[in-house]
Amino acid sequence: MNSVLTQLQPSAPHQNRLEEQDELDRTDAASWGSMAGFGNLDRTGGVQGMSIPRVSDPTSFLDMHTDNMSSNPDAKIKIAHGTTTLAFKFQGGVIVAVDSRATAGSYVASGTVKKVIEINKFLLGTMAGGAADCQYWETYLGMQCRLYELRNKERISVAAASKILSNIVYQYKGMGLSMGTMVCGWDKTGPCIFYVDSDGQRLKGDLFSVGSGSTFAYGVLDQGYRWDLTDEEAQELGRRSIIAAGHRDAYSGNTCNLYHVKENGWDFIGNYDVNELWYEYEGKKKAERESQNAAAAAGASPMAVEP
Amino acid sequence: MENNGGSVVAMIGKDCVAIASDLRLGNQAVGIASNFDKVFPVNDKLYYGLPGLATDVYTLKEHLRFRVNMYRMKEEREITPKTFTHLVSSTLYEKRFGPFFIEPVVAGLPTPTELDPHPKPFISTMDTIGCVTTPKDFAVAGTAADKLYGVAEGLWEPDLEPEDLFETVSQTLLNAVDRDALSGWGAVVHIITHDKVITRTLRARMD
Repeated sequence: MNSVLTQLQPSAPHQNRLEEQDELDRTDAASWGSMAGFGNLDRTGGVQGMSIPRVSDPTSFLDMHTDNMSSNPDAKIKIAHGTTTLAFKFQGGVIVAVDSRATAGSYVASGTVKKVIEINKFLLGTMAGGAADCQYWETYLGMQCRLYELRNKERISVAAASKILSNIVYQYKGMGLSMGTMVCGWDKTGPCIFYVDSDGQRLKGDLFSVGSGSTFAYGVLDQGYRWDLTDEEAQELGRRSIIAAGHRDAYSGNTCNLYHVKENGWDFIGNYDVNELWYEYEGKKKAERESQNAAAAAGASPMAVEP
Repeated sequence: MENNGGSVVAMIGKDCVAIASDLRLGNQAVGIASNFDKVFPVNDKLYYGLPGLATDVYTLKEHLRFRVNMYRMKEEREITPKTFTHLVSSTLYEKRFGPFFIEPVVAGLPTPTELDPHPKPFISTMDTIGCVTTPKDFAVAGTAADKLYGVAEGLWEPDLEPEDLFETVSQTLLNAVDRDALSGWGAVVHIITHDKVITRTLRARMD
């Protein structure tokens, strides 16, 4: 048993690949039943065979042919982009809300993207930037978190999980990974949000919004945010922020996915059509204006100042 | 084109033509206005749309208004869709080496004359420097042009009555524009018939 455990120990990924390989070759392959590893994972659980273009400068090669680094928006290969995602902590846990639009250039490639990645029962990751990058590495993060659980007989903290992700993306820094993600969850310390991006930045905070529509979302979020929001108020604030961003930002919209993380794990609250909700909000605003006008016409002088 | 976004589509029906546009005015990714009309009347039988750079929409619109008015005064008659197309075309070519960033679409019903008592409905479209094409079915332009081609190719059929043409052009515009990030935010449709112009604004997706 112990020998299996030692083999399950996390390896310092990648840089010591050769030494690791030697070490593995020395261990008994029979204890694994297979020399092959699982899928694209090698026997240490690391990612195997991440291939790199065989040119002298892979980074500029990628930059030349994709719009990934945004320095070359005319590139022929358009990687799915554009997003609004947000997450905030409050008295009742964490709210995570995202839109569902994926664009390649100005083409709306999909309106039904799942931008919240369910890492496990207690952890959520959000997707902004390269859709494939986020999807792959956050799924991979899910595996690493499960291995951590098996090794340590205890759930991984959000801090540790987000650090696994940030360490991975830092290894690939400058090679064109594009992701801005929030790792959200509930651990021993309570509700927790970490912002992790492909530059290697990792920040803890109460409130984040990421993506092309983030400025619009922040606008609504900041004016409505309080720590002591009720569950319903908080969910509505998250939803309203995404609707606002989906409306203004060309690269966000279609639908809103809403999650609420509580002590016993996350709940999926619902999927909402941005357009239908926008008309609903506009209808309410109009009705409010009309009732105010009617009140003004019926009673007090229009110059009256509200108490 | 990609600066402000916007799209226009025109279609030929039976003794009628349709021209429709979205209402978005954007600054790159940010939507600024949802009431930016890109389709203007010359008279009640002739409309044209100017998708492209918003500042040029205004400039070109006023420029064409001036030239059409001059034409009216000199000729003492209304301009025909075909003549108007050539007027737009030469106006665009005047700026051959510093063009208006606009791809105009013209749609009109020529008035019957003694020489041609049953003229056919007319649509035309141009590139930014005035190369004219006069399709027999539909014309598209703007940031959603490629998407409009796809939907129009699937929905359009010959000899549609005004109400059916309205349905076809509306569905074409709405569905194309929903696949384009830079177009949308409302839509307006004009159906030009011999006795009236039907103008309707559509309840479009606002995201």
